[in-house]
Amino acid sequence: MTELAKKTENRGPIESAGGRQQTLGEFMGSWWDRIRAGDLGSLPIIIGLIVIVAIFGYLSDGIFFKPRNFVNLLLQMSGITAIATGVVFVLLIAEIDLSTAFVGAVGSVTMTLLLREGDANWPWWAAVGAAMLVTTLIGLLHGLIITRAGVPSFVVTLAGLLAWSGVVLILTTQYSQAGTIVIQNPVVKGVANSFLPAFWGWFVCVAVVLGYAATEFYQRAVKARQNLAVKPIQISLLQIIGLALITGAAVWYANTDRGVPVSIMIALVFLFFWLFIATRTRFGRYVYAVGGNPEAARRAGINVNSIRIACFMISSFMAGIGGIILASRLGSVSTNTGGGNLLLNSIAAAVIGGTSLFGGSGRVTSALLGALVIASVENGMGLMGWNSGVKFVVNGLVLLAAVLVDAYSRRSRASSGIA
Amino acid sequence: MDNQPVLELKGVSKNFGAVQALYNVDFTCRSGEVMALVGDNGAGKSTLIKGIAGIYKLDAGEVFFEGKKVNITSPRDTADLGIEVVYQDLALADNLDVVANMFLGREKMTAGILLNESEMEQEALKTLDSLSVTTIRSVRQAVAGLSGGQRQAIAVAKAVMWNSKLVILDEPTAALGVAQTRQVLDLVRRLADRGLAVVIISHNLHDIFEVADRITCLRLGQKVAEFIPSETTQQEVVHAITAGELDTVPGMVG
Repeated sequence: MTELAKKTENRGPIESAGGRQQTLGEFMGSWWDRIRAGDLGSLPIIIGLIVIVAIFGYLSDGIFFKPRNFVNLLLQMSGITAIATGVVFVLLIAEIDLSTAFVGAVGSVTMTLLLREGDANWPWWAAVGAAMLVTTLIGLLHGLIITRAGVPSFVVTLAGLLAWSGVVLILTTQYSQAGTIVIQNPVVKGVANSFLPAFWGWFVCVAVVLGYAATEFYQRAVKARQNLAVKPIQISLLQIIGLALITGAAVWYANTDRGVPVSIMIALVFLFFWLFIATRTRFGRYVYAVGGNPEAARRAGINVNSIRIACFMISSFMAGIGGIILASRLGSVSTNTGGGNLLLNSIAAAVIGGTSLFGGSGRVTSALLGALVIASVENGMGLMGWNSGVKFVVNGLVLLAAVLVDAYSRRSRASSGIA
Repeated sequence: MDNQPVLELKGVSKNFGAVQALYNVDFTCRSGEVMALVGDNGAGKSTLIKGIAGIYKLDAGEVFFEGKKVNITSPRDTADLGIEVVYQDLALADNLDVVANMFLGREKMTAGILLNESEMEQEALKTLDSLSVTTIRSVRQAVAGLSGGQRQAIAVAKAVMWNSKLVILDEPTAALGVAQTRQVLDLVRRLADRGLAVVIISHNLHDIFEVADRITCLRLGQKVAEFIPSETTQQEVVHAITAGELDTVPGMVG
């Protein structure tokens, strides 16, 4: 018997023992176990995405697949991705934020008013900073009311939805008879109307893949040194190659048209920042703990209310980012800003991406996947020229499907002894 | 067994308004010993535990920890002394893995802001190993997927990881099947064998006779008897629980 085998045998059946690497078979086995237990991860969404892309590709005679449309898709999903990233945090603590769309609108209107030439005429960074401050403070206000008064977030943010839409109306009509204020600042306009030059697109792609590979191998090394279980090398390589292929293909395809939009890069920078916060820091751990079992979190000495307030602040902050991206794309703000199905789409994106409405489970990256699905559907329906009625029905069905998958996976988790 | 008690309560009382939940109770537990706390519903077991845990403030009496008089006013005080309480609901976050649960609120960090996952994983494994908890397949699986006995083991391991000297278990076997009860009782025994003082609350006299070194019996807020399992019978204990002699009749207290 080898030294290693002896060691593992002595350690008993705790898997994470003896510094051994799991075999591929073991890894796939436990992955399949999780799937069967209802822990579906990103599987339904990837299947759903393939189905949606196939349907619209077919219906639009391939126009859906054209590089030009792909870049449009990236532009369309940027705002939703940003807002949904914030929504994920609120969903993780088993709360909801119905005010995001209009909070984002308050942010973009604030920014636009401060940028008005011949009036406030602030520099772009000051106007954007002020808008972000305003939205973050709105989140703080929501969080304080929810935690101090013990009112359900559903009600507080519903009140917020009404009140902030009113604020948008008041501000826009105050400064413009028609209720539309054009953004003239070139930097802000450039957010959603400029593209990375081909070289920089590739540069980002290579940097992301190398960065991911480096952290992956560093973690493997640390774990191996400390005799902890390491996932099979094949899986690590597969993940790195997969990431390289997907980002590489996306950059290449976008470059055959106008290039990678700056707006999606902004959304992704924030998304990865919050992903880091959620997975690597104490705060992120506490967010999951509060979502999973607030009482356990409280007894562990975690200040549950502070975590809650912080999550509402993140939600409003990201709503502000999304609001600015969307306003930049339109080139103006108006009485309609933040209206329509933006709110529902941003929540749907988080849920479709795999973040549970019941709290405690989901990843920040689900915002990206979900936004991709939502934007694909919107984009495809736009290409087909379907009328608004049909669009609403389809949007509703997509959201319903996502919630059903969530409920189903939760139920099968429960019946298999998980949760 | 005449080592110094880890925890000694002398004449503690607690009342909630007109209700005398504890009256003049003495209670001791020693290192390496499992002390069982028994009594009918409403006998004051939970009140006593919560008094030790710092959730309730005891109205009268003295508490000595390792021979020194201490004043417990909050759960923090208890934790600082090295007393850990495992409540019946265990307080585990189902969505977090075993390691995250064991370190919840006391995470180890690198560079100040990053979670030091590998160090936490190693320490968790070490603790589980030392308690011979070997039925858990991976410490990286979510607690949700564990059985009742395994969850109890995690909660106990979490409690003993912090150099605690006294572990209090509130009905650790109440919701468990036969095999899992077995595991937990073995675990309780191992804790005492490691030199910890263990207090276990249970309604199951069979379990208690199996694992306890001594039994304190409460009735209507008063301590009515203390037994050594090898020198008594279950009938005797049941008699004490249901009809033990009281110093004072409740309601007549001056």
